[in-house]
Amino acid sequence: MPKLLKARDFAIDAWQRFDGDVARIAGGDALLFPLPVWLAQRDTLLAREASRTGIWLNGDEEPEQIAADIRRFGCVAVNFPAFMDGRGFSCGRLLRERYGFRGELRAVGDIFVDQLHFLRRCGFDAFELPDDASLDVALNCLDAFSIHYQAACDPA
Amino acid sequence: MYLYDDRDRCLLRERVRQFRDQTTRYLDGDLSEDQFRPLRLQNGLYIQRLAPMLRVSIPYGLIAARQLRRLAHIARTYDKGYAHFTTRQNIQFNWPQLPEVPDILVELAEVDMHAIQTSGNCIRNITSDEFAGIAPDEVEDPRPWCELVRRWSTFHPEFAYLPRKFKIAVSGSASDRAAIQVHDIGLQLVKNAEGALGFQVYVGGGLGRTPVIGEVIGEFIEPRHLLTYLEAILRVYNRYGRRDNKYKARIKILVKAWGAEVFAARVAAEWEHLRDGPNTLTEADFAQVRQFFTAPAYEAVDLAVAEALVSACAAAERAFARWLERNVRAHRVPGYCAVVLSLKPVGVAPGDVTDAQLDAIADLADRYAFGEARVTHHQNLVLADVRRDDLPELWRALKAQGFATPTIGTLSDIICCPGGDFCSLANAKSIPIAEAIQREFDDLDYLYDLGDLTLNISGCMNACGHHHVGNIGILGVDKKGEEFYQIQIGGEAGSRATLGQVLGPSFYAPEVPGIIARILDVYVQRRHDGETFIETFRRLGVEPFKDSVYAKAA
Repeated sequence: MPKLLKARDFAIDAWQRFDGDVARIAGGDALLFPLPVWLAQRDTLLAREASRTGIWLNGDEEPEQIAADIRRFGCVAVNFPAFMDGRGFSCGRLLRERYGFRGELRAVGDIFVDQLHFLRRCGFDAFELPDDASLDVALNCLDAFSIHYQAACDPA
Repeated sequence: MYLYDDRDRCLLRERVRQFRDQTTRYLDGDLSEDQFRPLRLQNGLYIQRLAPMLRVSIPYGLIAARQLRRLAHIARTYDKGYAHFTTRQNIQFNWPQLPEVPDILVELAEVDMHAIQTSGNCIRNITSDEFAGIAPDEVEDPRPWCELVRRWSTFHPEFAYLPRKFKIAVSGSASDRAAIQVHDIGLQLVKNAEGALGFQVYVGGGLGRTPVIGEVIGEFIEPRHLLTYLEAILRVYNRYGRRDNKYKARIKILVKAWGAEVFAARVAAEWEHLRDGPNTLTEADFAQVRQFFTAPAYEAVDLAVAEALVSACAAAERAFARWLERNVRAHRVPGYCAVVLSLKPVGVAPGDVTDAQLDAIADLADRYAFGEARVTHHQNLVLADVRRDDLPELWRALKAQGFATPTIGTLSDIICCPGGDFCSLANAKSIPIAEAIQREFDDLDYLYDLGDLTLNISGCMNACGHHHVGNIGILGVDKKGEEFYQIQIGGEAGSRATLGQVLGPSFYAPEVPGIIARILDVYVQRRHDGETFIETFRRLGVEPFKDSVYAKAA
C-alpha cells in the first residue's frame, strides 16, 4: 500500500480510484474518477457531492477538460506515469492558479521524495509515496529550500 | 559583477545540505540509480568513462579572482591538477570522487559558486557575450538581464523535469557573440523606433543530431514581461514537448512539428494568462540588478603615452605586435581594451588549464583587470578592462603562463569537445585531431593570411564542439568500431547563423589535416581581396571545395 503524505504526516487515504463498478457511483465512497469516466458520465456524476467526488488525471490528460467543473471536486489526483515526466508540475499550477481549484491536489504515480519540494510549490498538498517511505526523509525533502527566486504556487 | 547577498548564500547552503543528503541516501542504497541520476545531473555530476565529471556553473561567464583561486584549489585537492572550460562558459573537473562532491560544493559555496542545473533536463547556465558591458557595438548590457533570468530559472519548481535540457543565451550587441540562434531560447536586446528597450525572442535553435537555426516568435517583448514570456514558452514546451524519444525531445522538434507560427500563437495564448502576473519585473528589480553591473573605477589614461608605449613595444617585438593584432580587442572607454587569454596552445586540450594557471589568471585579473575575468564560448578567457599602457607588461606575464598564443579568431583557435578521451558519449577522439591541425598549421604568417576562420570539432553528434556552426566543422563518427571524421564547411555562429554543409564521405584521423589544407587552398586561390573564408564560401558554394577534397590524384 502506498503511503499518503498530507499536512506533514502520513494520513489515512479517504479516496479510492473508481474501479468501473457502476453500482458504487450512487454509494457514499469518496471516489476518484478517471477523466474518460467523468467525461462519459458527467451528467450522472454531477449529482454527487463534491466532498466525495474526485478526478484522476493522467499525465497526458489536460486540466482544461475539467476546468468548467472544477468546483465539483473535492480532490484531483494527478498521475505521474514516470518520475522524469514533468508535465504534472504544469498541470498542478494550472489547476490551482488558472482554474482556482481549492480542494486536495494529490500527486500520485511514479514520484519520489526528492520531488516533494517542487511539487508543493506547484500547488500539490498531498503526495502518494512508496510504502517504505520514511516520514523524516520526506519532511526534510519537503522543506529543502527556504529561499525562492521566483513566484510559483506556494502555500500561503 | 553580481555579488551574493544573505539570501543567495542561504540558498546555496541549503543546496549543499540537500545534495549531501541525496548522495548519502544513494550510497546507502535508499535512492535508486535511476532516481539519483536526474538529481546528480541537476548538480552537474556525470558518471564518465574514467571517473565522475563535475561541471561548475559560471553564470554568463563572469568570474572573480577569488573564485578562480578556489577553482585552482579544487583542481589541486580533488582533481589531478587541472580543469576544463566549456563552450557554455562553465568549467569542468574530470576526476572528482562521488563521496567528495558534497565537500567540493561546500568549497564552491564559500565563494558563491555552485553546480546547480549545469546538466539534466532543466534550464541550464544562462550564457552571454564575453564583451558584455564594454563592447563598442553594444545596444544594451545583457548582464543584468542574464542575472534576472538566472534567478528566475534557478530551482524553478515547474521546469526541473522538462522533456530535455534547455539552454538560454542573451546578446546585447548587433553582432551576436553568444550564438543565440542555436539556443533553445535566444534573447536579443533591441531598441525600437522610440528608443525603448525590448527583447527579440528566438526559439527552437540548437545543434546536436538535428541542427536548427532558431526562429523569431517575439519581435519585441518589453523588459518587464521577460520572465512571464519565458515562463509561457517553457510551460508550452513542458506540456507538449515529446517525451517518447530523447532524440526528438528538444524544443526545436516541437517548434518544427507545429511550425513557428503555431508555436508562437500557443505561447501568446499561454502568456495572456501569465502576463502581468507575480513574475512581472518592476523598475525596482531593474535598479536592484543594474547596480551590480556598473563600470569599474576606470582611470584616466594618457592616450598619447599609452599609444607610444604600445607602438614602441610592437616595433621592437614582432611577437607582441602579433598578439596585439589578434588577442587585444576594442573597448568603449578610451585608453582601455579587452585582452583575450588563449587557452589553445599547441599540445594542450582546448579549454584546459592547470591549477597553477588558474591561480595565475586570478593574480593577473587582480593586477590588471579589476579582479574579474570572463569565460568565452570559444573556450578562452578575457580580461575585459585592461589599461592600454599595461599591455606590454601584461603580455610578458601572459607569455610566461602560456596564455599569449596569438591566434585568437584564427584556424588554430579551435573549439573542441573533450571527445573520446574523456566522454562516454563520444564516438571518436577530438582532442588529438585539434592538436594535429594545430601542428600542421603552425605558421603564424599563414594563419594570419587566412584571417578570421572558425574550426569546430565534436566527438559525436551531440555536437558539444558546435561543429555545425564552424566555418570548418569536424564530426567524429563511428563505423563498425573505427573512428572516422566527417567534414563540413560553411557554418557560422552569430547574427548570420548558418549550418555547415557536409562535404562527403568521411576520413581517417591521419587524413584530416591534409583535407583541411585542400579546403584552405581553394579559399586562398579563389578569394577576392579582403574576403574572409566564409565570404568566399558564400560566393562560391560548396562545389569547388568538394571537387578539391575528393579529386583523384592526377
